Amino acid sequence: MHAKTIAELGVGLRSGEFSSEELTRAFLGRIEHLDTRLNSFITITAEQALEQARSADRRIRDGEQGPLMGVPIAHKDIFCTLGVRTSCGSKMLDNFIAPYNATIVEKCHSAGAVMLGKTNMDEFAMGSSNETSYYGPVINPWDQNAVPGGSSGGSAAAVAACLVPAATGTDTGGSIRQPAALCGISGLKPTYGRVSRWGMIAFASSLDQAGPFARSAEDCALLLGVMAGFDERDSTSVERPVPDYRATLNDPVDGLKIGLPKEYFGEGLDAAVAKVIEEAIAEYRRLGAEVSEISLPNTPLAIPAYYVVAPAECSSNLARYDGVRYGYRCADPENLLDLYSRTRGEGFGAEVKRRIMVGTYALSTGYYDAYYLKAQQVRRLIRDDFAKAFAKVDVIMGPTSPTVAFNLGEKIDDPVTMYLSDSYTIAVNLAGLPGMSVPAGFVGNRPVGLQLIGDYFTEAQLLNMAHRYQQVTDWHRRIAPGF
Amino acid sequence: MSLGPVEVRKIAHLARLAISEGDIPGYVHTLSSILHLVEQLNGVDTTAVEPMAHPLDMPQRLRSDEVTETDQRELFQSIAPQAEAGLYLVPKVIE
Repeated sequence: MHAKTIAELGVGLRSGEFSSEELTRAFLGRIEHLDTRLNSFITITAEQALEQARSADRRIRDGEQGPLMGVPIAHKDIFCTLGVRTSCGSKMLDNFIAPYNATIVEKCHSAGAVMLGKTNMDEFAMGSSNETSYYGPVINPWDQNAVPGGSSGGSAAAVAACLVPAATGTDTGGSIRQPAALCGISGLKPTYGRVSRWGMIAFASSLDQAGPFARSAEDCALLLGVMAGFDERDSTSVERPVPDYRATLNDPVDGLKIGLPKEYFGEGLDAAVAKVIEEAIAEYRRLGAEVSEISLPNTPLAIPAYYVVAPAECSSNLARYDGVRYGYRCADPENLLDLYSRTRGEGFGAEVKRRIMVGTYALSTGYYDAYYLKAQQVRRLIRDDFAKAFAKVDVIMGPTSPTVAFNLGEKIDDPVTMYLSDSYTIAVNLAGLPGMSVPAGFVGNRPVGLQLIGDYFTEAQLLNMAHRYQQVTDWHRRIAPGF
Repeated sequence: MSLGPVEVRKIAHLARLAISEGDIPGYVHTLSSILHLVEQLNGVDTTAVEPMAHPLDMPQRLRSDEVTETDQRELFQSIAPQAEAGLYLVPKVIE
């Protein structure tokens, strides 16, 4: 049962083959037995889950339908959940019980999804390995020495290990696509504004976007269909109808034009990963797609621009954690300055402090034009590269990550080296485009992800292309030994 | 651009982050390496390029100026480190 997709579980639930309560108990049991090996959950909400499951069972009996009705899911611990600790992977929010639900949490509840718990993540979503979490690193189900990627490492590992059929994540610089790739599952980062950010703890507001993790493109379509949509409480939410992502999954892909950016296949790309990606592209050729080389010349500037924009926005967003209204407060503050400084010094981990300081520096008097303004100009150049490319091709493809999962501890002491693992994902966030990662093979025992990048609001096309690929390959069906 | 201990202490103060003296050299090293990475932007000609504030170049949506939220002070203060009589308590600011 645990290896079934949401689409398959839905059939079983509707036909009465099993109840949501049975399903929920089965997955909770797997989490209890197997997550000691992975550390993918920060909080398990067993009691609420069983209540939600029984409610879903009643709704199914009453004839209510919907793709997520009675299906267990997990939320990244960045989404506020009413009455449930929402830690964001930080000591700062270790005691924070959210007083409201994030919009996407509410939407999933309404759709009848059963929340099993909150998944582990890099602290405040800042990291590419899940090693900056206050709750300890997550282990990659495929290899106990490997990181799962980050920042949504817990969601990716939990789905990969079949502890839950699907999970939510967020992607500010690759935090859905990179862990999806490294854990061998499917993950989609929607167009900026497609999914509400309300109740999602902010890191870099002009880049943050929530999206689904699942073991197939079809399941991503089902979860995205529930998550997406206009929300008046998010001022950057886009007022635009949500298409039926499932309806177009089987559309033919022959004649579609795929562009391969030469910058994504150059220096820095592991040769074995390149080989896997080339084989995946060959599969698309066999499906009738036309493949051509394109250029995104400003690609090398994406990481430098990101490490101005993201820290600047982070330093502003994280100013709210001051030990006054909620969250951690240091013991025995001498005065107000001491309260602020020690609360923040003790409550934040090293990587968060680094980014706050970089951002503070970049925004400080006399440096704004040289850093933030310059980075925002370069951001436009990067976006214009994509605009030119999409005048010629329908979708851009390449590797999601330059290497397979690296070893735990390998990069954590060298932030700049860690940052480079997001070389192929970050430009997509700067441009606000949708991107997806699907499993495309292995190097040794570690998975490789194929990245698909689309023009604005072409999530349906990305899902369609991913689904067609998954009809002729079975990489997405592989499950890590022992799970 | 490299930072020294003096600059790092100043930035930490601006950001209201208490950093122990023993951690300063580590931050001097990592912050300098990040700023070095970011310096690649200096070589780019961005004359006449409009800064991009929003990926979709959308203007900020405005809503009408009406009360939309109800008073939930008690709920919100129930998770505060220290609150009393509807007020958040902090160390004395005025002697």
